[in-house]
Amino acid sequence: MISAPSSSAHDPAKLALADGTVVRGRALGHRGLTGGELCFNTSMTGYQEITTDPSYRGQLMMMTQPHIGNYGASAEAMEARKPMIAGLIVRDSPRCHSNPQADESLEDFMRRHSLVGISGVDTRALVRHVRDRGVMNAVISSDPLDDETLVQKAQDWPSMAGLELASEVTVAEPYTFCEGPGPRIAVYDFGVKQNILRSFRRRGCTVKVMPQDTALGEVLAWEPDGLFFSNGPGDPRPMEAAIDRVGNAIDTGLPIFGICLGHQLMALAQGFEVYKMHVGHRGANHPVKNLDTGQVEVTTQNHGFAVDSASIAPEVARVTHLNLNDDTIEGLRFKTFAGLSLQYHPEASPGPHDSHYHFDAFLKLVARERGLTLPETTPSSATITV
Amino acid sequence: MPKRTDLDTILLIGSGPIVIGQACEFDYSGSQSARALMDEGYRVVLVNSNPATIMTDPLMADEVYLRPLTPSSIAQIAREEEPDAVLPTMGGQTGLNVAQDLKEDGFWEEEGIEVIGVDIDTVQITEDRQEFRTLMDDIGLDQSRSNTAKSLLEAKEITQELGGVPVVIRPSYTLGGSGGGIVWNAEDFEEMVTRGLELSPAHQVLIDECLFGWKEYELELLRDPNDNVIIIASIENVTPMGVHTGDSVTVAPQQTLTDKQFQRMRDAAIKAMNSIGTFAGGCNIQFAFEPGTGRMIVIEINPRVSRSSALASKATGYPIAKVASKLAVGYTLDELPNEITGDTSACFEPSLDYVVTKIPRFNFDKFEGVDEELTTQMKAVGEVMSIGRTFNESLQKAWQSLEIGYAGLGADRADADPDTVRERLKTPHWDTLLHVRHAFRQGASVEEVHDITQIDPWFLYQIQDLVALEAEIRQTPLHEMDERGLRAAKRAGFSDEQIAYLVPGDTGDREVRAHRTAHDITPTYQVVDTCAGEFPAETPYYYSSYETVNESTVTDRDKVLILGSGPNRIGQGIEFDYSCVHGVKAAQEMGYEALMLNCNPETVSTDFDVADKLYFEPVFWERVQDVIDLEQPEGVILQLGGQTAIKLGERFEEDGIEIFGTSYSKMDLVEDRGKFTDILQTLEIPFPPYGVAHSVGEAVATADRLGYPTLIRPSYVLGGEGMRIAINRDEVATYVENILSIYPDNEILLDRFLQDAIELDVDTVCDGEEVWIAGIMQHIEPAGVHSGDSTAVLPPFELSADVLATVREHVRAIAFELGVVGLMNVQLIVRGETVYVIEANPRASRTVPFIAKAKGIPIPAIATKVMLGESLATFREAGALESDLSGYAIKEPVFSWDKFPEVPKELGPEMKSTGEAIAFVDSLDDEHFEQPYEMKDLYLSQ
Repeated sequence: MISAPSSSAHDPAKLALADGTVVRGRALGHRGLTGGELCFNTSMTGYQEITTDPSYRGQLMMMTQPHIGNYGASAEAMEARKPMIAGLIVRDSPRCHSNPQADESLEDFMRRHSLVGISGVDTRALVRHVRDRGVMNAVISSDPLDDETLVQKAQDWPSMAGLELASEVTVAEPYTFCEGPGPRIAVYDFGVKQNILRSFRRRGCTVKVMPQDTALGEVLAWEPDGLFFSNGPGDPRPMEAAIDRVGNAIDTGLPIFGICLGHQLMALAQGFEVYKMHVGHRGANHPVKNLDTGQVEVTTQNHGFAVDSASIAPEVARVTHLNLNDDTIEGLRFKTFAGLSLQYHPEASPGPHDSHYHFDAFLKLVARERGLTLPETTPSSATITV
Repeated sequence: MPKRTDLDTILLIGSGPIVIGQACEFDYSGSQSARALMDEGYRVVLVNSNPATIMTDPLMADEVYLRPLTPSSIAQIAREEEPDAVLPTMGGQTGLNVAQDLKEDGFWEEEGIEVIGVDIDTVQITEDRQEFRTLMDDIGLDQSRSNTAKSLLEAKEITQELGGVPVVIRPSYTLGGSGGGIVWNAEDFEEMVTRGLELSPAHQVLIDECLFGWKEYELELLRDPNDNVIIIASIENVTPMGVHTGDSVTVAPQQTLTDKQFQRMRDAAIKAMNSIGTFAGGCNIQFAFEPGTGRMIVIEINPRVSRSSALASKATGYPIAKVASKLAVGYTLDELPNEITGDTSACFEPSLDYVVTKIPRFNFDKFEGVDEELTTQMKAVGEVMSIGRTFNESLQKAWQSLEIGYAGLGADRADADPDTVRERLKTPHWDTLLHVRHAFRQGASVEEVHDITQIDPWFLYQIQDLVALEAEIRQTPLHEMDERGLRAAKRAGFSDEQIAYLVPGDTGDREVRAHRTAHDITPTYQVVDTCAGEFPAETPYYYSSYETVNESTVTDRDKVLILGSGPNRIGQGIEFDYSCVHGVKAAQEMGYEALMLNCNPETVSTDFDVADKLYFEPVFWERVQDVIDLEQPEGVILQLGGQTAIKLGERFEEDGIEIFGTSYSKMDLVEDRGKFTDILQTLEIPFPPYGVAHSVGEAVATADRLGYPTLIRPSYVLGGEGMRIAINRDEVATYVENILSIYPDNEILLDRFLQDAIELDVDTVCDGEEVWIAGIMQHIEPAGVHSGDSTAVLPPFELSADVLATVREHVRAIAFELGVVGLMNVQLIVRGETVYVIEANPRASRTVPFIAKAKGIPIPAIATKVMLGESLATFREAGALESDLSGYAIKEPVFSWDKFPEVPKELGPEMKSTGEAIAFVDSLDDEHFEQPYEMKDLYLSQ
């Protein structure tokens, strides 16, 4: 029903949705077949950060900005060691990029990392399609398969609901990311974005990254001053072991910070409920109101699940941040322990830097709880270095 | 915080007459602001001296003062009206300056009037280059190296410290960068510095390190009383640094910065905006970026709604002026809804899933001897904006919008020769991108073109792609072109006319259209929704593209399509926007669904909540026809869109599309001098002796026959384009050669020039039954000065009753003979008791808004209803045609001479003014009359 032209200079490719929609375009990046949950991101910059964000594991990412690849790809834009999305869908992929600082083109980057993509499709029509019908699975293929087979493959692709994916993106072994004069932060890695780690580093912290299934005792043996539960892909609800571990961590009395999946796990550990959203929030322009200050932050978001506000026990936690577009929960401050959690991404990358202050807020909490003095650092994000 | 309840009356200051650098974008912001404040229940008192604006319409504010924007006149109004607050940020630099003057006089404080929307104490910081530098240093933002000089000697020393020329000279406190520019060599240095020192009211100039080749960006910001700041749009200049942003081709959103670079810019912008005092409102910040080193510097901050705010509003759908006004009265961003989605918050940053291109429109042809090279001083008189799903689509649409005869970015005529192309690309010009295209056609590489032009290679690759596609089209005869190839061409913005030109064989655009529609290749319309499709949007604001889903649902209501007047230019500007807005409202009142089509972002008529549906499209035949094919309106209204819309009339008639009002064949009678003269002869109306010529020889012979001085001009032009008065054979030959080189196939009209005569402008509405003379204006200057450039008085001040009766008779006779239904403007000359008719225009004219304001009669609204079938009698009976003018209204032309120092300040039959002001006087012993009257013979060039 939705069709798009393709240039003879390129290999053809198809995008097939589980509801039977088939769209034609040109192959982008690696040739082959890939599948996942079809979602879209409205951020106008940062395609490479999005491509490498572990939270997007298993998803086919459709960018709403029509020209994707304009400034190529470079090492500094990596949020993980390799791309994490299952596939990339764009309206137009420019023949050449322009950026003296780039290492390679997006096309070369995708080929090098075997990332399958498709370009030349009417992304706006698909965004509206998904918006109205809800998220669904799809496949991208440059293999010459007929429409019916592709739709069947999309339908057979495992659903994201009930899917645990963090184990696929967590680190294999614990490692020290950085050492500094500040608090010791243990990071439970469910697919942590590099800029979260960098954000702690900028503030002088010593950061150790732990695989997501590390026993709590092992983490405590490292003598952390604070615990961090990272962002990550998939549905938090089936992650029973992780939820138990978060519950036990809370009992230690250590200050805890959670972002995105980490936030959802903390909520689940407190007996709150999490639900799958109709389309989710993915972009870099979502307004979030800080209910304590009345200030609004323009935030980076990437989540398909959210904490149900009705399930929050007021004696356990207080809503600190709300999404102004749909009033969904964006931040919690816990009353039963020294903890705070955010649904959105204060580390940005890509996206506005309005929310960097949360790292300072958490470290202040750590300092207070642990009787520490924070090192004098100037977080580079807060200053304009030119 | 909700809105403030301690304010009752708010004084809103407009921007005055249109000049280069400050045009009708401020009518847009002022109108939006007035509407927003009235919606909130405030009493709005508005002052602006520009009668051509919508904002000065009685509907727009509780009290409208058409008064000069001087401190004394504002003070007088403020004393009468006793406002609680003044909002000076909607009226450009003019509005802000006058508010600042009154602040310095202590006026606002004395009267207890609060200045809102800006921190008036800190405005100076953004205007005084040195103070601005100090502030930016304090908050840690990098800047170009520079220093302020108060003398030529100081200037020399500073330039030496910067490493010599090239440097940029910028006089302090001038509008649109008047008197500024790059000095490339030592010879020009002294002259430029001296002129800059003279032009600056503070007699100081800033000498800047030359940033030629850096990329330039603009961010549009909003800040609320809670210090929440959001970025509404990022705009990237395709033209690199060195060209005034008003003269640059720009795109939104920015295309070539990485997220990390862009966020650095965003952080800097927020920091900068928060550093200029405490206020809530809009702000515009310009940056330069050096791609090699990643160095980014702040260029300029405008703590007010700017030219780019209008563009950013149209580009994103986010109503900046409206929201800025609400923030100024106390709202915070999170309290306001996004009006486009209706359902999400206004506190967000629009995401665009399309590319917007703005191209400035110039009028160099009006200024003989002008330097056409683009510099840091703005020269453009208008602009077009276009929206496409890709850069190339929007670029081609923008060229279709410019209305200079192009059907896209070239590919519709023979290319310029390589030498011309090479020469033209060396310095920035209005048609640089066209020559970039030529260069690629001629085999140049992206690297070569980049070296010469410094344009970011990303844009160059895009244009190279267009040329590659063009090459494919050239190889395939139309009937062999398949669906895929055609669609690819249409998706890249190629018009049917371009494709017809490119394909082998003799093919017309109609054939291309027929061929593509047979293949089901028709445009889809997408909504400008601020959110890239993330949320449903209900705003009826559309642009065309060749995508897969059409989002414009056609209703079953009766519809009328109103064509706008395209980009502003000298002779056709804001006046037609005024008429279009009234036309839309009138059509709605008559029960029609009003569809508006235009491509001028500086207009009120293209605000998303004016018409029932807005198509932001080129006023270009193909794009208009596409909309008609989709909407199937009952008819179109051409009379309100100036010459732009009228020019399309022939195709409407050929295609059997109903034109509301005067028929095309009748309109055409007026354009054809021979036919028009036949009519005048039939009606026994005198006209100056004239002749038609097609060559230099013919013209000289004709001039000899008519006698000298002779008025010479090309046929079918607007605003007296190319019009000259010749006093001998040599001059005739020179002028005609010149005209034929610009308009090769045009006829040349020669008139005997009547000396020492009085010129009149008459605007009239006819319903077929009766002719209503809406107004007669008498020019103070003698005939020969273009009507747009002359000072004119309403009603006439020294004509006998007999002459006036003759004038009316002539006008009536012409209107009936032509079967005018709607508007007509007639220009006449009176010598002695003889009344000659020199021209008739069966459409809205430049003077319609002036007369409407002076008399308090909504002329274009009445005319629109007449076109749609209402009779004048209805209005007459309702008393709607009665004037409330007592005394005289004087139209005063305003020029932008300071932008073209090399052009002689002469007036003639070619229009040169950019704007106008209105003055009401009780009697003629007033300086507004006496001064122009005394000087009336001074400027006429011979």
